[in-house]
Amino acid sequence: MLLRAALRTSRLSSLASAQRRLASSLVFLEHKNGKLNDSSLNAVTAAQTLGSDTAGIVVGSKSDVDGVLEEVKKIDGLTKIYTAASDDYAHALAENVAPLLASVLPAKNISHLFAAHTAVGKNVFPRLAGILDSSMIADIVALESSGDVFTRPIYAGNAILKIKSSPKDAIKIVTVRTTAFDKAKTGGGSATVEEVEAKSGDSTTKYVSEELTISSRPDLSSASRVVSGGRALKSQENFNKILDPLADALGAAVGASRAAVDAGYADNSLQVGQTGKVVAPELYVAAGISGAIQHLAGMKESKLIVAINKDADAPIFQVADVGLVADLFEAVPELTKKIESAKA
Amino acid sequence: MSLLQYGVKVHNEIMLMPPRHSIAVEEAIRLREKKSVAVDSITAISIGPAKAVDTIRTALAMGADAGIHVVTPENAIVEPIAVASALKKVIEDKKIDLVIMGKQAIDDDSGSTGGILAGKLGWSQGSFASKLELKEGGQVDITREIDGGLEQISSKLPVIVTTDLRLNEPRYASLPNIMKAKKKKIETIKPEDLGLDLTPRLETISVSEPPKRQGGGKVESVDELVSKMKEAGVI
Repeated sequence: MLLRAALRTSRLSSLASAQRRLASSLVFLEHKNGKLNDSSLNAVTAAQTLGSDTAGIVVGSKSDVDGVLEEVKKIDGLTKIYTAASDDYAHALAENVAPLLASVLPAKNISHLFAAHTAVGKNVFPRLAGILDSSMIADIVALESSGDVFTRPIYAGNAILKIKSSPKDAIKIVTVRTTAFDKAKTGGGSATVEEVEAKSGDSTTKYVSEELTISSRPDLSSASRVVSGGRALKSQENFNKILDPLADALGAAVGASRAAVDAGYADNSLQVGQTGKVVAPELYVAAGISGAIQHLAGMKESKLIVAINKDADAPIFQVADVGLVADLFEAVPELTKKIESAKA
Repeated sequence: MSLLQYGVKVHNEIMLMPPRHSIAVEEAIRLREKKSVAVDSITAISIGPAKAVDTIRTALAMGADAGIHVVTPENAIVEPIAVASALKKVIEDKKIDLVIMGKQAIDDDSGSTGGILAGKLGWSQGSFASKLELKEGGQVDITREIDGGLEQISSKLPVIVTTDLRLNEPRYASLPNIMKAKKKKIETIKPEDLGLDLTPRLETISVSEPPKRQGGGKVESVDELVSKMKEAGVI
C-alpha cells in the first residue's frame, strides 16, 4: 500500500516535472533605440497564462542590448533574460534573427515562443517556423493553460477560430494580439541574465535605411484615445487641420482609414484596420469613416466608439456607441472647442 | 531569370483572385515591362481545389506566361506550412529566382506563408514590400512597411517578396488577353506527386461568431455628443 502510494507520488511528481519542462516559455522582447517596445509586455502576459517559468530574449547590437537590459530585467514575471549581441541583429533582420532563435529554442528546452504581432514579429516568426518546420500561430487573442489551444480571429475578425496544436509542432511559435492581453507590470522583476552565442547569419540581406514618421502624440497601437479620419476629409491639409486639434484636446493618437491613407491624406503607419494596426483604446473617434469591414477589424474592440459622418446609413453607426450625423467640417471643430472649454 | 508568382486561395467557396495576390501578379508583370533585368518567364501558381484554376486564369490574363495548379481535395484545409512545403518543391524543381506573393490571405489572416517558405528555402525575404527594384547582378532593393514608417533593405536573388497593399494598382485583364490566356498552359500537379502530406496539423476545435457589438444610437447635436462623452468619463 505504502509502496503504491510512493510509486504514485513519484509518478505524479515526474509527470509534474515533465509538464514543467513541457511548458517553458520564452518571450521575444522587441526594442528600438534602446527602449523596450511596450507591446512585448502584452506578450509576457500571454506567456504567463501557461503558469510556468517565463524567460525573455533580447537580440540586437551590443549597444542596443546594453541599453535595454536594465529595463527588461525588471519586467515582473520574467525569471531569466537571454541576450545575444551582434551587429548582425541591429535591425532585427529576419535572415539573422530567425536562425539564432532556431538554435536557442531547442538548446534551452523552450516549448513556447511568444512575440507581439508587430511588424517585427510578423517578419521574423514565420521564417523561424519555416526553419523549425513548425506551424505559426499568429495573432492570438486567447490561449488555454494547457498550452496547445489557441484562439485567433479570422476573416478580418468576422469569425473566431479555436485551434488545437499538434505534438508535431514541438515548439509553438505564437504572436499575440496586444490589445487582447494586459501589459505585464515592470519594476518588481529581478531576472538573471544569460548570454547566448550570437550566430552570424550568412544572409545577403542588408539594412540600408529607414524613414520613421515622427510624432509628438501617443503611439497609435497603445494610445488610450484615438481620433481617426477617413476619405471624407478630402485632403491632407484638411486631415491635419481638422483632426490634429481634436487629437490634442483629447490627448489622443491620430489614426486613419485605408481610404485616407491611399488618397495620401495620412501616412501608412497611421492606418487602422485589418492590414494596418489593431487598436482597442478607451475612446475611438471615427470622423468621415464609413466603417468598412476591414476598418472595423482594427477598432471594434474599442471601449467607446464615437462616429461623426454625413451619411446616416454608414455602417460605422452600427457599431458606434454614440453617432452624430453631421458634416465633420463643422462638427469636429465645434466638438474640439467644447472639449477644450469643458477642460478649462 | 524566372519569376514565380503565387495566387492561392484555399477552403473558400468564392474563388476570386485575392486582392493581395493580384498585386503580386501585377508587380511581376511590371518588373518584366521595366526591363531593368530580363525576366524570362512568369509562372502563376495556386494551391487549392479544382476551382482554383480560375485564379490562375486571371493571372494568365493579366500577363503571366504559364500556370501551375497543385490540386487539393474539395474543402480540404491547406495550412500555410503545407502551402510553403508544396511551393518549396515546385520552386526547386522549376529553378525560380524570385517569388512574389501576397502578405496574407484575407480568409485565414495568418500572414505567414511567405516567411515560412523563405525559412524552408533559406532564401532572403522582403516582407510587406511597398517598393521593389531589380538591378543587374541580381540585386533586389526593397522598401518595407514597418511599424512607424518605412525601411529600405537590399538583398540578392533568390528572394521571396510579400506584397503590401500599396505596392501597386493591379491592372484589369482586357477581353483579348482573357481570350489569349485560355491558350496558355496550366500544369496540374497532385500533392502526392510532390511527395507531400498536406494533413492539417492544427485541429479546428470551433469557429464561432465574435460577440456582436450593438450600436448605441445617434445623437442630434455636438452638445449631446459632448454630454454622452462626459457620461462615459472620457472627457
